[in-house]
Amino acid sequence: MDRDKLFDSVQEIFRDIFDEENLIIQEKTNSDSIEEWDSLNHINLVSAIEKEFKIKFALGELMALRDVGSMIDLMIEKLNKI
Amino acid sequence: MNLFEFPLNISNILRKKKSIKKNLLNNRKFIEKNIAILGGSTTSEIKYILELFLLNNGIQPSFYESGYNKYYEDAVFENEELKKFNPDIIYIHTTNKNILKFPDFNDDINDIKILLKNEINRYETIWNSLSAYDCAIIQNNFDYCHDRSLGNIDSYDIHGKTYFINKLNKAFSTRARELNNLYINDINYLSSYLGLKYWFDKSLWCQAKYALSMDSIPELAFNISKIINSILGKSKKCLVLDLDNTCWGGVIGDDGLEGIQIGTETAVSEAHTLFQKYVKELRDRGIIIAICSKNNYGTAKKGFDHPESILNFSDFSVFKANWNPKHNNIEEIAKEINIGIDSLVFIDDSPMEREIVSSQIPGVSVPDIGDDIATYIDHIDKNGYFEANLLSKDDLKRNRFYDDNKKRLDEKAKFQSYDDFLVSLEMIAEIKPFSPIYLDRITQLINKTNQFNLTTKRYTAGEIKRISLSEKHIKLYGKLFDKYGDNGLVAISIGEIKAKTCYINLWVMSCRVIKRNMEFAMFDEFVNACKHHNISEIIAYYYKSSKNEMVSNLYKDFGFTIVEQNNGNTIWKLDVSDYKNTNSIIEVKNG
Repeated sequence: MDRDKLFDSVQEIFRDIFDEENLIIQEKTNSDSIEEWDSLNHINLVSAIEKEFKIKFALGELMALRDVGSMIDLMIEKLNKI
Repeated sequence: MNLFEFPLNISNILRKKKSIKKNLLNNRKFIEKNIAILGGSTTSEIKYILELFLLNNGIQPSFYESGYNKYYEDAVFENEELKKFNPDIIYIHTTNKNILKFPDFNDDINDIKILLKNEINRYETIWNSLSAYDCAIIQNNFDYCHDRSLGNIDSYDIHGKTYFINKLNKAFSTRARELNNLYINDINYLSSYLGLKYWFDKSLWCQAKYALSMDSIPELAFNISKIINSILGKSKKCLVLDLDNTCWGGVIGDDGLEGIQIGTETAVSEAHTLFQKYVKELRDRGIIIAICSKNNYGTAKKGFDHPESILNFSDFSVFKANWNPKHNNIEEIAKEINIGIDSLVFIDDSPMEREIVSSQIPGVSVPDIGDDIATYIDHIDKNGYFEANLLSKDDLKRNRFYDDNKKRLDEKAKFQSYDDFLVSLEMIAEIKPFSPIYLDRITQLINKTNQFNLTTKRYTAGEIKRISLSEKHIKLYGKLFDKYGDNGLVAISIGEIKAKTCYINLWVMSCRVIKRNMEFAMFDEFVNACKHHNISEIIAYYYKSSKNEMVSNLYKDFGFTIVEQNNGNTIWKLDVSDYKNTNSIIEVKNG
């Protein structure tokens, strides 16, 4: 899957979860850059991504996911396996 | 497509909850309720999603949320914050994860009995202590555990978790029948219906201590909102059905009585039979059913003469089969039964008819039932329109009341004057102070009456019990009998005594007995009671709502004079010594 396209879809999910229509995310965006990105919203983000792309993150993998870039990398890895 | 109707669009709700909430807040009037959530696991998402469902039902909640897994402490120990919050409803979100101790394999039957007793006692303590808040308590029962190391014998070996949970749930059910402010949120059913595999998410439990999957949260919230609807008297009362391709397969006008599909001959007729059986069950427990169909009356009626038909023509309180637009017919149905238009659910297989009805009368619930008869029941059942919080004897008799009313209407035509008609009914009323056997019915009637309701003040079961014992209140119920039958307990009034004045805080009557002079009989007795308490003046209130226009001048009819007027709300006054009885038609027998 095209990384840019994937990035856009993930951005859409971020916009929905944080309810900010114009939210722009970067590779380095992490929970420090978005005020509302707390542990509970993190769960919501992950489950929305899992649902949208029909993938499942393992528990250990989730611990490592702290910025958008690493999240996208992991997603690409998973999507390639399907 | 309504976001909050079966089948729920789960991912949309979860993902867009914030913008959904904004939209909901924009567009309507709300009643406000304080809801406390006492959780045995993480509840933040549950709270958020529940809020959406409540807003969608016209309820704006303020929340109190216990700390993580502090449900027991918050309930049992002195809790100033919760006291100040003054909850209308307390929801206790516990699951199998909160069971303190399951049986060990070397426990004997007595050990296990003790474990069960301890577990149940803990909840007894919670409910007992929460009863001080005088509010409704919604309590989860227990879902089954995802894992069962014992395999199938887990359900019948005394050491099994499944066995243990079944025992607990049975004990909860027994207590819910006994305590009138305790409502069970049946997550045992909900998780079975959704599937345990879907219901519980191990990963989410480990990460965030949610005792159910993210996708199950909207389903849970939906279920709680149905219970809250029923507690607040927002459940629907009448099911309006189309005929062709809804009650039976085919078009009776074209196919004739022999041609319609009902019975067990074909898959389609089987599905319509199941549908009719479901509707019959609703009717037998007190839901009013009506027909709204584009057909010739005679032809339509004949459909229920089919030998395989489960429903009979006489089951329907109103039968509209004609060629008028359906929304007009539905408005007439509401008028004839005397209930609010938002108490109606309309089921029709035609998307066009559904569209017209829902656009012309937005208050009516018109689920998008699709085009597969096999799933029509789900759209009634899973939307919880007719959620009941208790099945009173009156519910079981309700359809008889309405049938009797039809006979009364027939009679009305024959008399010279309306008073002649009323006299001919040979009405006898029993009007007395609240007594314990009627408290459930009294609470129920108060909380679901919207039209003949002067203040639309709602009371919890606990408050009613307290008032029933209070010396400082005049509290009367009225039952009405006539030559056609028993109308049941149909009127309630509550006045608060302060010195020589009595303030009427509540005056309600069931629409079943409107225009029968029952309100006058009630008021005569009310004044008698006032005289008995040496009261010289009565103050009464009319608070305007969207539904109670019909009683805006009730107190004037009783002989009150108006003392204050503000935005349609009015305050009235009556000097007790000036009052002369107004009822001469109903005989009051209190012996």
